[in-house]
Parts: sequence; structure tokens; C-alpha cells
Amino acid sequence: MAKLSKEEVKHVAHLARLAITDEDAEKFAEQLGKITYFAEQLSELDTTNVAPTSHVLPIVNVMREDIAVKGLDRDVMMLNVKEQENGQVKVPPILED
Amino acid sequence: MTLFERSARELQQGLHNGEFTIADLTNEAFSRIEKLDGDVQAFLALNKEKAQTQAKELDSVPKGERGPLFGLPIGIKDNIVTEGLETTCASKILQGFIPIYDATVVKKLQQAGMVTIGKLNMDEFAMGSSNENSAYKTTKNPWNLEHVPGGSSGASAASVAAGEIPFSLGSDTGGSIRQPAAYCGVVGMKPTYGRVSRFGLVAYASSLDQIGPITRNVYDNALLLEAIAGVDPNDSTSADVPVPNYVANLNGDIKGLRVAVPKEFLGEGVSEEVRQSIREALEVLKGLGATVEEVSLPHSKYALAAYYILASSEASSNLSRFDGIRYGFRAEGVKNLMELYKETRAQGFGEEVKLRIMLGTYSLSAGTYDAYYKKAQQVRTLIKEDYDKVFENYDVIVGPTAPTAAFKVGQNINDPLTMYANDILTIPINLAGVPAISIPCGFHEGLPLGLQIIGKHFDEETIYRTAYAYEQATDFHKQTPQIWEGK
Repeated sequence: MAKLSKEEVKHVAHLARLAITDEDAEKFAEQLGKITYFAEQLSELDTTNVAPTSHVLPIVNVMREDIAVKGLDRDVMMLNVKEQENGQVKVPPILED
Repeated sequence: MTLFERSARELQQGLHNGEFTIADLTNEAFSRIEKLDGDVQAFLALNKEKAQTQAKELDSVPKGERGPLFGLPIGIKDNIVTEGLETTCASKILQGFIPIYDATVVKKLQQAGMVTIGKLNMDEFAMGSSNENSAYKTTKNPWNLEHVPGGSSGASAASVAAGEIPFSLGSDTGGSIRQPAAYCGVVGMKPTYGRVSRFGLVAYASSLDQIGPITRNVYDNALLLEAIAGVDPNDSTSADVPVPNYVANLNGDIKGLRVAVPKEFLGEGVSEEVRQSIREALEVLKGLGATVEEVSLPHSKYALAAYYILASSEASSNLSRFDGIRYGFRAEGVKNLMELYKETRAQGFGEEVKLRIMLGTYSLSAGTYDAYYKKAQQVRTLIKEDYDKVFENYDVIVGPTAPTAAFKVGQNINDPLTMYANDILTIPINLAGVPAISIPCGFHEGLPLGLQIIGKHFDEETIYRTAYAYEQATDFHKQTPQIWEGK
């Protein structure tokens, strides 16, 4: 079984921006191992020269007229922001260890 | 008895004759909810004050200016944004989130004159098939409160089945409208991918998600789809294909209709009572002049693995927007921005959501992308081709919606064959992007069973025509759960 190591799981959790404990990592390693093992069955299928489908519609590009449209008001967009100052979104320090 | 035993046409008649007003209908919804929702647990948020004000305004619109859905109450799945009305996707991470605009479908409902009653529970971010994955409450099946209503649009189906409201909207990524419709004995349509705008639908798997109507009968379902369908400049994957008048051809005539029954849909894991109900349904269709033949969709067995990879990958990307900065839940006591992201997401998301984000992130990460994500996209092509081939010679594909009736709350599906059958019946349809409906076709131990009718891309019309003819020939849709009468 393609069980992931705890280190691999922690790396994936970092990429996904999820804080996880050692215990979580153990649990995810097992669950992800099971699912990826199950997904291995796809390799039975020969897909040489089969085009991947990103979605089923024959749509490639959708264009609109190049006309400016008014967006939402800033005041409205700030309504759900927890921390703000002078109409700007406030976040904790970015560069701090 | 409630006014909601009536169809849309009968309700319009009652309004027209002055038997009741739109305000009465709105009040009926809230009083039904007050009476029944303690048991059913379908609603997360109610729109009471605004709905009552709106109803009074609508009552003053001249009767000649009203459409077929005018003034009728509707509930909205909680992953569809509603301006000024809390929308949580049944997740802690969106607790307290008040949308600042309406989804396109919500705007269209308003244009049709419908009255939004409230927001309906679901599995968190539409990930699940029982509503037990909600962070807030577990919705129950109105036919038997010990059983689940299905999911993820479980409350959308349960609220209609309980007669709390006559109409609702759900969303379907891998069966999330059809399976709860089957479990609750109502009519649920997953339209063709692109038929209905997804603007304002909180994305789970963007290439599979589709909004659709849940109602008590086929005619009303067709009316509601017509109201919400159509191209939308705000959703570039909405299709510029004309929306037909779906109810125009509902006449019960399906003579010469070519029906395909895939042998994969009646295989291992499908219960005997479900097989029997489908055999009987096929006899009804034959009796109406349809021809029925067995076909094969050979790649069906690969659909689940492909779906897990594609849906989780898209989810991991879509759900990256929930970071605690601009809306929703925000973790406290963190030192820096990275910690804020990680803690907010760890505390805000439930277990199933985290698992799918992890799986998706892994599938998309360097070194595994080709083996998982790209491979799954290629398998999707093969599944779609299976359907294209069958539809060269047939008008509709018919089978069960689910392998059993609704299971008990707290009792996960343990039998792997049943679990497998559960997914094989609905998931390939999303991968192929074709439309499909579930309608009531029987009962087992007092719980409803569902018949699934699948059509060609953008041919919801033939599905509705078939479903309507079947419905007219049977009376399963006329039955109501005991809870309907109140306690």
C-alpha cells in the first residue's frame, strides 16, 4: 500500500495551509494511503492519446465587450472584514518568527 | 393539511380566485417550519421579516402580470449566496458571513416573483451524502426521523418532503440533488453542466457543480428549472444554449421513446427491492409505448476514483479562499499571518473537508500531478465517451438513483459493495456532464425509492417528458409522510 510518510503528510498540510498535530498526521497518512491505493486502479486503463477533459462543454474562450463596469462599493466589501483600519484590511505581521 | 399539497398551478388558481393571498402562503411556510422543523431540522437561517414584507408587495401586483411561480415560497441550499441573509455552507469557517450580493439564480427567482423563506442545511461545503457532515445540525428524513435525508442537499429535499415549503434549490456535484430526492420521495433535477449559472454558488468542484430544482412533482420542477436556467455573463462556463419551454410538451406521450438500461446500474450492491422497483418502472415505460434495451457503460467502475481526485483537487484550490482575512471565522491568538491561515483553517473546517483538501493538494502537487490529476481527467474523457455512444442510439438512460432506501442516522454505509453502488449510480453522470432527474418510484419499509432518468447534453426536455409520463401513470408522488399531518 502506498502509505504516505508522516513527513510527506506534514508537507502537504503546509501546502494546504492547515495546522496539524502529530496525531492528525498519523490519521491523514492512513486515510490518504487508502484513497491513493484505491485510485491506483486508474492505472489499469490505457489512456495513451486520450485527451484530458477539464470540463465537458466545448467552450474554449468566452469574450465580452471591453466596457468598464462598476464593481461593488468598498464600504460594502468591508462589511464582513473582522479587522480593518481606514478602509483597509488588517492582518497580523507577515515577517515575524 | 397544508396548502403545499397543491401544485404550482393549483396554488396560482387559489391566488387567482382569492382563496388565499401570497402573504398567506408565506405565513403558511413559516408556521409549517415552526411546527415541524424541530423534528426535521432543515433550516439554518430564516428570512421571515423580509419575506413577509415582500409577500405584501407582491400581493399588490395585478394578477395579469404574474408568471407561473409568482408569489410561491422557496428554500435555498446554504451554499448559494443571498444578499443580507447569512450563508455558511454549513461550515464553522463561514459562521456569521452575510453575503453582499445575490447569486444569479436568486436574482432569477426574484424576477419570477418567488419568496425566499430561508437557507437549508447541507453537508459542509457539499461534501457528504447524509447531512451528518453539517457543522450545525443533522437534518432528518421526514418519512422516518431515525433515517438520514441523504446529501449533500439533504435539507433541500427534506423540507419539500415535509411540506414546509413547496420548492427548493439544491446543488449536485456527484449526486447531491438526486440521492436526497430519492431518499425523501421528491423530484430532483441535476441539469446539464452549464445549463444554470454557478455565479454565487460557493464552489466545491467547479467542473462538476450544478444548481438544480427540488419539487413535489415533475411539472413544477420543469417550471422552476426554466426560471433559473440560461447563460450568464458572470459565469463563463454557463452555456449560450436557448432555454426551451419545458412544460409545453408534458403531455404523457412517450410512444417510440428509446430507453437504455445499463447493466452496471443493476449490479452487485443494488438491493433486491430497488431492482424490483426499477423492473416495475420499466414495465410502466413499456406500457406507455417505450422500447427498453440493455446497454453497457464499461468505464463506470472507474468513475469513483476519477471523481475523488478531480473533485478533491478542485476543492483544494477553491477552498483556499477561506483564510480568515476577508470574511467568516478567524482564529484568535496567533503570532503571524501564516499561523493565522493555518489555525483558522484547522479550526474552521470539519474533518471530511480537511481530508478532501489534503487529498486534492496531494494530487496536484509536484511529482503526482500526472499520475493522479491528469490521469483522472483522461478517464473522465472515457466515461463521457461511454455516454455519447449510448446516446447515439437511445433517448434516455434509466436506472435506480440509489442502491437502497435511506440508511439510519449514525449508520455509515459499511458494506463496500453498497458504497460502491451508491457512487456508481450518480457520479459518472456529473463526470459526463449530462442531465439527470430522480423521481419517486416505490417504497421499502415506509421509505421512498428513486428512479433516475438520464438524458443527452441540454436535453432536459426529454427527461421531463419521460418523467411526467411515468408520474401520470403512477401515484407514488401523491403519497406524503405521516409527519405531514403534524403530530
